[in-house]
Amino acid sequence: MGFEPIIVLAPLFAAVIAGLGQRFLGDKPAMALTTGAVGLALALSLYTFADYVWLGGERRLIELFTFLDVGGFKSTWSVRIDTMSVIMLVVVTSVSFLVHLYSWGYMAEDPHRARFFAYLSFFTFAMLALVTANDFLQMFFGWEGVGVASYLLIGFWYDKRSANDAAIKAFVVNRVGDFGFALGVMACFFAYGTIRFDEVFQAAAANPALAFDFKLFQLPAVETIAGLLFIGAMGKSAQFFLHVWLPDAMEGPTPVSALIHAATMVTAGVFMVCRCSPLYEMAPYAAAFVTITGAVTALFAATVGLAQNDIKRVVAYSTCSQLGYMFFAAGVGAYGAAMFHLFTHAFFKALLFLGAGSVIHGLHHEQDLRFMGGVRKPMVLTWAMMLIGTLALTGVGIPGTQIGFAGFFSKDAIIESAFAASEKGRLFGEIAFWCGISAAFLTSFYSWRLMFMAFEGKFRPNPHAHHDAHADTHHDAHDHGHAKPADGVAPAHESPAVMTIPLMALAAGAVLAGVIFAPYFLQNHGDFWRTAIERVNDPLNPSVAAHAAEGGHGEGGHHVPQWVMWAPFFVTLAGFVLAMPIYFFSSALGGALARAFAPINAFLSHKWYFDELYDFVFVKGARALGDFFWKTGDKKVIDGLGPDGFAWMSKFTARQMRKTQTGFVYHYSFFMLIAVAAVGAYAIWAGGGMP
Amino acid sequence: MSGWPILSLMTFLPAAGALLILAARWSSSGQHAGHDTGVKWIAFIVTLATLALNLVALSQFDAHQPGFQLVERVPWGAGLEYHMGVDQMSMALLLLTNFLMPLCILASWSIEKQVSAYMMLFLALQTLMQGVFAAMDIVLFYVFFEGGLIPMFILIGVWGGKNRVYAAFKFFLYTLIGSVLMLVALILMAIMAKTTSIPEITAFAQQGGFSKNLQIWLWLAFFSSFAVKMPMWPVHTWLPDAHVEAPTAGSVILAGVLLKMGGYGFLRFSLPMFPDASAYFTPLVFVMSVIAIIYASLVAFRQTDIKKLIAYSSVAHMGFVTMGIFAGTEQGVQGAIFQMLSHGVIASALFLVVGVIYDRMHTREIAAYGGLVHRMPVYAAIFLLFTMGNVGLPGTSGFIGEILTMTGTFPVNAWVTAGAATGVILSAVYALTLYRKVAFGKLENPALASIADLNAREWVIFVPLVVATLVLGFAPMIALDFTKASTQAILAGYDVFAAR
Repeated sequence: MGFEPIIVLAPLFAAVIAGLGQRFLGDKPAMALTTGAVGLALALSLYTFADYVWLGGERRLIELFTFLDVGGFKSTWSVRIDTMSVIMLVVVTSVSFLVHLYSWGYMAEDPHRARFFAYLSFFTFAMLALVTANDFLQMFFGWEGVGVASYLLIGFWYDKRSANDAAIKAFVVNRVGDFGFALGVMACFFAYGTIRFDEVFQAAAANPALAFDFKLFQLPAVETIAGLLFIGAMGKSAQFFLHVWLPDAMEGPTPVSALIHAATMVTAGVFMVCRCSPLYEMAPYAAAFVTITGAVTALFAATVGLAQNDIKRVVAYSTCSQLGYMFFAAGVGAYGAAMFHLFTHAFFKALLFLGAGSVIHGLHHEQDLRFMGGVRKPMVLTWAMMLIGTLALTGVGIPGTQIGFAGFFSKDAIIESAFAASEKGRLFGEIAFWCGISAAFLTSFYSWRLMFMAFEGKFRPNPHAHHDAHADTHHDAHDHGHAKPADGVAPAHESPAVMTIPLMALAAGAVLAGVIFAPYFLQNHGDFWRTAIERVNDPLNPSVAAHAAEGGHGEGGHHVPQWVMWAPFFVTLAGFVLAMPIYFFSSALGGALARAFAPINAFLSHKWYFDELYDFVFVKGARALGDFFWKTGDKKVIDGLGPDGFAWMSKFTARQMRKTQTGFVYHYSFFMLIAVAAVGAYAIWAGGGMP
Repeated sequence: MSGWPILSLMTFLPAAGALLILAARWSSSGQHAGHDTGVKWIAFIVTLATLALNLVALSQFDAHQPGFQLVERVPWGAGLEYHMGVDQMSMALLLLTNFLMPLCILASWSIEKQVSAYMMLFLALQTLMQGVFAAMDIVLFYVFFEGGLIPMFILIGVWGGKNRVYAAFKFFLYTLIGSVLMLVALILMAIMAKTTSIPEITAFAQQGGFSKNLQIWLWLAFFSSFAVKMPMWPVHTWLPDAHVEAPTAGSVILAGVLLKMGGYGFLRFSLPMFPDASAYFTPLVFVMSVIAIIYASLVAFRQTDIKKLIAYSSVAHMGFVTMGIFAGTEQGVQGAIFQMLSHGVIASALFLVVGVIYDRMHTREIAAYGGLVHRMPVYAAIFLLFTMGNVGLPGTSGFIGEILTMTGTFPVNAWVTAGAATGVILSAVYALTLYRKVAFGKLENPALASIADLNAREWVIFVPLVVATLVLGFAPMIALDFTKASTQAILAGYDVFAAR
């Protein structure tokens, strides 16, 4: 059977044992168990990856047991090993392991550490089940599993009302996406009679003209399925309209934000679209929908990121924006570039989150950038790591060479793909390109704004330091043993090694992941992809067959003009240059600008008023409808015409007739009597006719 | 044990237990200390023994053979006969009933008023409920089906809360109207088919014995009874009141078993006996199901009483059952049966969850609680699991029922499926909001400061329910393989005539 199922199941067993046995085990053993299990999964994943990519490992399928099989609607618990899943195995287990490690330090004083680690491991299991699925139902299982883990972890500090609300919001908005995903799976089964990936892709290719008749209109089956599935991706990956839960999810502990809301769960949507690349290549309109949604999200989230003051929310909107990049890459057919950005982003975004967590930890749970500053000196290691993360996120590198941070390779490939796709007439390719360029400028600006506001200048203490429940427990342990800091330097302390070592490991990924893996992901070096994604329309590097058909030459090189290659470089530089005077040299200019452009600032800092709008339409709407159905529908109409009306009538009649003892048992027995009489009469009438 | 009338034994064992309690009450006049505890023990042991008999019956039962098994048939004269038998669907529902009963008795340990009468009623109820699922004769079925109302009516009316009389009345009135119409229909059918045997009437019907016009009237008569039992919108308003006023164990039986009689009835009578009418009325049932799902979910969201909230959520979940049944596909019907079993476990568990805190605090107001996780971590964990089951999370049984009924309905009508799927969003809204208000947050109500976590008896109640929820969630084929033969038999009959 192979060892692969262990990768998926080890975190589950650890989670169950740590979760159920926390009282008997104690905190440390529970933490060690879960961390060890995820470490084991990491080691096996690395081996699987190396074996698959370099040592000639085959794509393979390990089937465990039949989960469901009703009239052909069949799902088997499986571990599918191919390029897509080995990439995700490495991403998920490595970030998860580092986050487990980091949490030893970050959650050191939390009284519910064991529960926290059990949730983290459970999440890891669900995510691994998702990425190793061989059919849509197992994928959906993992899909909802990560959703519930996310719910539990966002609401981990259950005393906080805001955390609980954020957890529910995340779950419900994700459910809106799942609504689409589930319908997509059903549509898929209806159209093709199977929900196994490869069989679905074959059936779709064999019958491209199949259409659904929805009574009111007809739709091509493959477009419908791809579109519905993408609604699921929009929810999970926080795309425009369904993005509202992600910033609020920052209420959870920071390691959770790094693992779930940056590196892994939110990328599940991108993974799903790439996994289904054969479907999207047959569905140009659904793919165009993916492109435009991704492009709009990339730009929209970047604008909102400009005006956020909570350090984690800046990074959260950045994540939202980067996910937009991945989607429009997938939308224009550059699945390799999308997966590559997913891969590199996991490292540098987890790094930025954990770095932000280190700052928050060092500042005794201060998250507001306005009350930071002067943190570089006391936390120079954290600063250096955050700097690497920022360079990777903004995509610093020299175009035309192989020199650059991870994001340079992946983001530039996406922007170039969008351009190349628009040249080939792909729908919305051009819009995606311009959104990508603009968002790159904004990304650079807000990233440097964050770096300068947090680390540079003088420390700006919070005039009304907040005390929430969980912070208190941390304060008590920290507030002694600090020398009085020098003037203007933040009273912060560097985080312990158990937190900084994961930062360094991720920083190594943020530096090296791009340069090492670019040839594999982007140029299909060593037949990296094999059949895992559909590369027929890859704008930059079409698969060999398609390339030859176009009369191509050499190893699919870049065909974009020089200015397109250099554009990201210059906008990134522009963002830095512009942020410098506002946030580095002056501490007042940023605030003054915000006041000068108050309406724009308000619009951005209120996130385009999405929350207000949704609250009005959906939350208040649901309340009003619920009340209406309850008080008017049930009580007045149904009960009024039904039982209460009947009661009134029967009382009235009873009074009129002045009959005594109109108990309802009496009525009932009366009817029973009639019944018995009728049956008896029938029996007599039917006589010997019985068999 | 083969050769024994095992079905009759298990059906009437609880009734015998009730007589035993009656005898004990007379002989000791019930005054000495410990009498009530003894009665509770008798009831508990009797329900356990019934469950054991049910397992024996299961061991003699062939899961793959279509049609009725363990058949007992004794003529009573005057054309009436005693005719019992089970297929896979009824066996599954019997198991559910007998699985829940011992838990109900345990949950009633805190009852102090008229213990002997209470336990006797419960045991009588168990006999009647089993009879519904085991009867193969329409007269017998009718007696059990309607007879079950009486103990429930008394349980609510005597052991209920403040508004118990109104609730009992409402419960009674709704079910009464439907049953009268059903009775008329049953008599007519018996006259035409010249038999009261369910399989024989089914065969008669499938040979075209009832014209389409007649089917429509008969279908409506049955529908008026089953729709109330389900309950379907708009005849659902008795359920929240009945649940709120019923003692905990009464709610469990109501949600866990009595609601399943409607679905059972549709599958046993409406689909096989009136296939043309069932096909004809499918759009109506679909519309009512989708309305039930959305409407009840929204109403649930606004409730301030925990039990009412769960009651409305039951209405929504039963919407999936009716939708799946009338989809007439294998996934639909299998999903509907599974959803009945799953809801029988999860909704029962949720009512027991409420019962735990009601026993301690004597209020069901959501606002009276909050922050229970601080004092009752185990309780909070169990409550969370069943909340997730109610939401239909994969890994719990709730997911399987919903996804199968929707998958089964999609080919028939995608719009209906989409409407039902919105219920999946709404269930998350009301269930998680309830959980947040009750379990999360700070413990602010001083009355809760010393509330205790689960005691040993409550552990015993919840462990089987937790296991059932997870086993059915992770390995649903255990149940689905079992019910497959009866589903295919039902659909074989339905397809032939729906296609005509």
